[in-house]
Amino acid sequence: MKKTVFLGTLAVAGLAASIASAQSTLEQVQGAGVLRCGSNEGLAGFAAPDANGVWSGFDVSLCRAIATAVLGDPQAVEFVPLTSQTRFTALAAGEVDVLVRNSTWTFSRDTDLGLDFQGVNYYDGQGFMVSTSLGVASATELDGATVCIQTGTTTELNLADFFRVNNMSYEPVPVATNAEGQQQYLAGACDVYTTDVSGLAASRATFENASEHVILPEIVSKEPLGPVVRHGDNLWGDIVYWTLHGLIAAEEYGITSANVRELASAPTDNPEINRMLGTEGELGAMIGLSNDWLVNVIAAVGNYGEIFEQNIGENTPVGLARGLNAQWTDGGLLYAPPFR
Amino acid sequence: MADITDPPRESFRLSQLLYDARYRSLTIQVVAAILIMLVLVELVDNTVTNLAALGKDIGFGFLWTTAGYDINQQLIPFSSQDTHARAALVGILNTLLVAFLGCILATVIGVLAGVLRLSNNWLVARIMTVYVEAMRNTPLLIWILIVFAVMTEATPQPREFREGGSASMLLWESVAISNRGVYIPRPIWGEGSGLVVAIFLASIVGIFALRRYARLRQAKTGQQLPVLWMSVGLFFVPAILAYFVMGRPVTLEYPELGGFNFTGGIQVRNSFIALWLALSLYTSAFIAEIVRAGILAVSKGQTEAAFALGIQPNRTMQLIILPQALRVIVPPLISQYLNLTKNSSLAIAVGYMDVRSTLGGITINQTGRELEGMLLLGLFYLITSLVISAMMNFYNSSVKLKER
Repeated sequence: MKKTVFLGTLAVAGLAASIASAQSTLEQVQGAGVLRCGSNEGLAGFAAPDANGVWSGFDVSLCRAIATAVLGDPQAVEFVPLTSQTRFTALAAGEVDVLVRNSTWTFSRDTDLGLDFQGVNYYDGQGFMVSTSLGVASATELDGATVCIQTGTTTELNLADFFRVNNMSYEPVPVATNAEGQQQYLAGACDVYTTDVSGLAASRATFENASEHVILPEIVSKEPLGPVVRHGDNLWGDIVYWTLHGLIAAEEYGITSANVRELASAPTDNPEINRMLGTEGELGAMIGLSNDWLVNVIAAVGNYGEIFEQNIGENTPVGLARGLNAQWTDGGLLYAPPFR
Repeated sequence: MADITDPPRESFRLSQLLYDARYRSLTIQVVAAILIMLVLVELVDNTVTNLAALGKDIGFGFLWTTAGYDINQQLIPFSSQDTHARAALVGILNTLLVAFLGCILATVIGVLAGVLRLSNNWLVARIMTVYVEAMRNTPLLIWILIVFAVMTEATPQPREFREGGSASMLLWESVAISNRGVYIPRPIWGEGSGLVVAIFLASIVGIFALRRYARLRQAKTGQQLPVLWMSVGLFFVPAILAYFVMGRPVTLEYPELGGFNFTGGIQVRNSFIALWLALSLYTSAFIAEIVRAGILAVSKGQTEAAFALGIQPNRTMQLIILPQALRVIVPPLISQYLNLTKNSSLAIAVGYMDVRSTLGGITINQTGRELEGMLLLGLFYLITSLVISAMMNFYNSSVKLKER
């Protein structure tokens, strides 16, 4: 009896797997009516559920933008919280359709792990946070310090390199999640907490005495964070890529959630805006979506600048400056390819 | 002479495979074996196909590439420039360390709790009942987190040990309990310390020889030697004498506060303490029940008979009850040791760098070799368990009832 059940389960599992691989991700998401988005387990400003259990944040908005593009509904997202250790496995195994979880674009992840990064939604770098009472002014004074670090991240490798190159010793305290890292750091079990500067700022924003902690000036790595999809489904990758860059281009051309409907109602003088909003050309159809896909996206979540200011900008508790994440016209690195 | 004819020989028919009881079991086994093999082939094929669909191959070459990460607790030297294989080895040693020390502590606490639960003292017996039931009926992970939380939240930070701080070191400034771990002195082995160690080891051999001699002597003459006191003397006196004769070659390096942390001495990390204590306490509750069952399995008539012969209670326990109880205790004890070893993989909860955290955690994550890593991990736990099992079975065969 048991054996029969076992065989039956195997057969069903095999069948499900073969069906899943036959369908493209777009068909699968549209069939299910919901986008499964791999997100952080809780990082203020980037991805965290509010008091009502509704997810919001900078990364979350990108998930909602993709859901709007594909399904027309920003709420049709199922957020799957993933730890830094489980995120890529979950994506590769098909547990999520897209991963937007402060993940750094690296060579080996893009190639060997069988994943595809679809652009960069936040240019970051690794930094160190210490308590002001330590009186440390530079990361080069951290010889002998105890450092809390999330395992399975690029920061773990950068940390080892930074201390080795500077001939300093340290004691790593591995933690599994950001929440655990904060708790250990606040309890004084480690002198230093290191992760991407955006993550440090987000963590500090949740501290009771945020002013007693300082982020050291050294940025020890390049951390381009972006959305990730599985390698091989190029159409799905294109949708994610162009949704992100649609948001970026929208800011460049001054399309906001407030004026997008008006701009889309009739062709404007700017042909680029017309093509983006579907009043000219058939760009939406080229990626299997409706022609007004970007109109819905921007109306639902706003453009890149609006998303930034709402969640992590200088008027929020996280308080990040645009810095590298300004438009190329303002001296930043954001540069969307032409919509043509 | 009458001809004896052979009984008519039945020719074999195919239907016998199904309807003849002589062949049926064979048929079923062959069919089952084929089915199991088909399932295995399908599983392997499915895995390879799906991995290929993801653009991944199966290979173990990643073990020889640079690990790139650091490990805090190392029993053998390790730097971020070493290979993933060496990182796995560091993790394996950490697993074996916590499993070995855990088994010892769990046995000590378990035997004590088991014996005390049978105590005639009402209060002691009830306290042990509460202890065993509380430990046995809550998840191990919770105990690990509780011990870890106590160690990190309730103990002072290293900086509190500074002049004017609120914390101070224990035992003549030699031990510091902080929220990063317990710092203890480290022995420095100077010139001539080898001889001291050799003499110490020799005196331990001597203790065993003495016990053997005392047993033979008692069997021959009936006279007993004060074995305990002689053993204690043998344990301490020669080594201490040698220590002073050689001019005190072994010195202690005390932990001192320097920079961010204590330097010098040995750091016993909180993650290790939390895992070790929680594993020991949890498993000891099960061992206590096994010990209690073993003692209760020896009929009360044995005790009464021993008392009737005038044998003292402690000698009764030592010579009559325990040897018989061990036969009942050892087999389930083996599975508790195996459980403890496998449960040590919960180390990741407190960031203890065991093999699950190095090979099965960071290495897998940095290289993307989930399948290979998990296979290696499974293989390691399998081999470890089989070795423990073999050693304990060997011990079991030495205590089990010898039938002649």
